[in-house]
Formats: sequence, C-alpha cells, structure tokens
Amino acid sequence: MKLKLILFALVTLGLLSYGLYMALVVAPTEATMGDVQRIFYYHVPSAWTAFLCFLINALASIWYLVKRTERSDAIAVSSAEVGVVFCTIVLLTGPIWARPVWGIWWTWDARLTSTLVLWLIYVAYLMLRRFSASGRAPVIAAALAVFGFFDVPFVYLSIRIFRTQHPQPVIAGGEGSGLDPTMAKAFLWNMIAFTVYGLLVMWLRYRLELAERSVEEAHAEKSMQEGA
Amino acid sequence: MKAPGLLAVTRATLAKDLRLEWRSKDAINSMLFFSLLVVVIFSFAFDPTAEVSRKIAGGLVWVAMLFATIMALNQTWARELRNNVMDAYRVSPAPPNAMFLAKTIGSFIFVTILELLMTPLFVMFYNLRSIGPVWQLVVIALLATWALVVNGTFFAVISIHTRSREIMLPLILFPISIPAILAMVSATTLVLTGEYSPLFWMQLLAVYDVVFTTVCLVLFEIVLNAE
Amino acid sequence: MIKYMWAAYIVTWVVHLGYLGYLTARTGRVRREVEELKND
Repeated sequence: MKLKLILFALVTLGLLSYGLYMALVVAPTEATMGDVQRIFYYHVPSAWTAFLCFLINALASIWYLVKRTERSDAIAVSSAEVGVVFCTIVLLTGPIWARPVWGIWWTWDARLTSTLVLWLIYVAYLMLRRFSASGRAPVIAAALAVFGFFDVPFVYLSIRIFRTQHPQPVIAGGEGSGLDPTMAKAFLWNMIAFTVYGLLVMWLRYRLELAERSVEEAHAEKSMQEGA
Repeated sequence: MKAPGLLAVTRATLAKDLRLEWRSKDAINSMLFFSLLVVVIFSFAFDPTAEVSRKIAGGLVWVAMLFATIMALNQTWARELRNNVMDAYRVSPAPPNAMFLAKTIGSFIFVTILELLMTPLFVMFYNLRSIGPVWQLVVIALLATWALVVNGTFFAVISIHTRSREIMLPLILFPISIPAILAMVSATTLVLTGEYSPLFWMQLLAVYDVVFTTVCLVLFEIVLNAE
Repeated sequence: MIKYMWAAYIVTWVVHLGYLGYLTARTGRVRREVEELKND
C-alpha cells in the first residue's frame, strides 16, 4: 500500500510538472489576451476536477443512503473536501483572470456563478458534518448531498436564462473558441494531471478518514473494557 | 388496529398546529410587527421614491420574505422540540410523511399570512402599481412560498440535532434555494415592470417545487430516523 | 499584465500545498495515536 502510494505520488508529480511546462513554455502566447490567457490551463482543469469530486460525492452519498457502508461515507466526506479545495481555486483564479482581460473582477456569467453556488452548497455540507452529532452526521449530510445533486441543473439553467435576459456589457470570448493544437495539448495534459492529482488527494483524505475512525473505535472499546 | 392513513394524520396534525398557533397569538403578533419593521427599514435603505423602485421591488419583497420564512420555520420546530414531540412521532405508527406534510402546509399558511400582511405595506411605501397582471403575482407567490417552505421544513428537521441550530437552517437552505430565489425575483420584477412574460420563471418554479417536494418526501423518513 | 498570470498560478499552488499540509498534520496526529494505542 505504501509503495503504491509513493508510485502514484511520483506519477502525479511528473504529470503536474509536465503540465506546468506545457502551459508556461510550450504553449504559444495567445493573440488577444497575451500571457494572461495561460491561466486557462489551470482554471478550467480545476473546475473539471471539482465537478468530478462533487459527482463522486453525490454517488457515494446515494450509495451510503442505500447500503450504509462506512467506506461510502468516507468517500463522501473526502470527495466533498477535495472538491471544495479545487472549487476555491476556480473561484480565485477566475477573477484573477477576469480583471486584466475584461476589466472587472466578477462576471455574473453562468459558469462562474454556478460554480459559486456549488461552492456554497458544499461548504454548507462540510459545516453540517462538523456541526452535527456524530451518529447522525453521515445520513443527514448524504441527504443534503442528494439535494445538491438535484439542484445543480436548476442552478445552471436559471442563471443561464437570467444572463440571456440581462446580457452583460462585456462580451466573454477567447476561452476554448477554436483552440490552436499546441494549446489543446497543453490543456489536455493539465486536465489529466489535475484529475490524477485530485484522485490522489482524495485517496489520501480517504485513508486518513478510515484511520481516524478506527482510532476512535479503538478508544471507545478501551474505555468500555476499562469500565467493565 | 390499522395504522392511520397519510391524509387523515396530515389533516389532524395540521389542525392541531393551527389551533395552537391561533390560541397563542404570540407568533402572529410578533410577525405582524416584524413585517412592518422590515418594510420600514427597507424603505430607508432603498429609496422608494427613485425611478428604479419598481425594478428593485421584486428583489426587496422576496429578500424580506426569505428572512420572515426563516423565523417562521424556526418557530414551528421550537415548540416541538420543547415538548420532546419528535420522539413520539418516531415511535408512533403514523406515517412520518404525514408529519412532514402537516408542518410544511402549516408553515406555508403562516408565511402566506405574512405575505398578505407585508404586501399592502410595500405597495403603500413604494407606491407600487403592477404593470403586468396581478393574478400572475399571486401564482408566483404561491409557487415561491412553497419552494421555500418545503425545503425549509426539511432542513429545519435536519438542523435540529446540530450545534448552532438557528444559524444552520439558513446556511443550508439559502444555497439550495438560489435557483428558486432567482426565479421568484425575476418573475416578480417582470410582472411589475411589464417587460416580458414571466412564464419561463413560473414553469421553473413549478418544476422546482415538484422535484424538491418529491425529494423531501422520499428522504424524510430516513432523516427522521437517523441515529 | 503578466503578474496576474503568476498570481493565478501561485494562488493555485498555495491552496493545494496548504491543504496537503493540513492533511499531513492530521495524518501525523493519527499515527501518533495509533502508536499510543499499541503501547498500552
């Protein structure tokens, strides 16, 4: 297990380094935005990884509600936490990109705003887990995750329609509209790298969760034995 | 003895809740005053004499209603908790969804009363006159209130066994309700300004209501018995 | 303009390293507790 972990970590490190090299060195400079466009190679893969994490959480939560296995609950909490980490990065890099390119920090466009709502839902999820009595937390958190899962299409749809009724003064363009092949390669490598990195971190968090639970159980058993 | 049916228990629980509320009158009086205060404060914060008041009135009304709903929801469960009624529900043979429906309908009636109190105040202070048809505003209000109340009642149950229960409810309710809030505000504004048809938003609210009422009913028993 | 690009990349890694640090700290604590339990 330890060996697998180290191997996995090394592969991830290699992928991330290569992705960074592709993004900063190999990929050509974009015509209109300049080098700032390179943020794209980190911003979009982070978003995709965050959504993947949240999808895993939704599936694990449903599985937990049906089967009530400890492992599915551990997967749920791990994927939620890692998802929030990646989502935070999306919400930070988005404005950092928007400011020099469109002159405004925040654009209420459908994608960024939906990401913000998703972030809010999952931060609420994590707080709910932290604030609940430990016996109930997994079930009610799983219930909230199911709500979140059904909410996502409404979020995206409502914001999308709102945007078409209130078009922005600034036109968003450039990202992904006709990618030069070298740019596409850099983008793809970073997508793979961050997905793999996301899975690695989820795995680390999952192991931690299981370890902490068995320690807690051991403590509980000990105090029961001592009481006897 | 056969377990009582869903509808019968719902009606009985609802009747009991309404009777209790009516007798106590505390909640109603404080809500009345709260409604007035909210409208007055909003009038100071957002200048009602401005040209834009018709455009922002939709948002103002619904934000005010959102806070009033949270208060109403916290109220409904506070009494149950005080008297440890929750455990009684858990062991009774009555279908748990009956309790959920009764609570939701009860809160729905409560919040609707609040809306009926606040609306004339808003109309007066903001000199509101709807350009679009008023019946649409009524439908929007019904759909919107249900959207808030159905999820709110469910999350109120969830947050009962959490620390900081009062803050937990809005914390989990608001993010999930964002599409509904966007829909109710947009729809109301469209009707007030008479710009376009709010039909799409009304449909969105209706579908939202159906989807989440179903989710609530499916998950309620699971969540009630979480241990 | 290019400073925005560096800002974005740095922010990304600061967040990731921060989270990894948090995981390391918690993992260390669990390891210590396992040792303690074994020694009892």
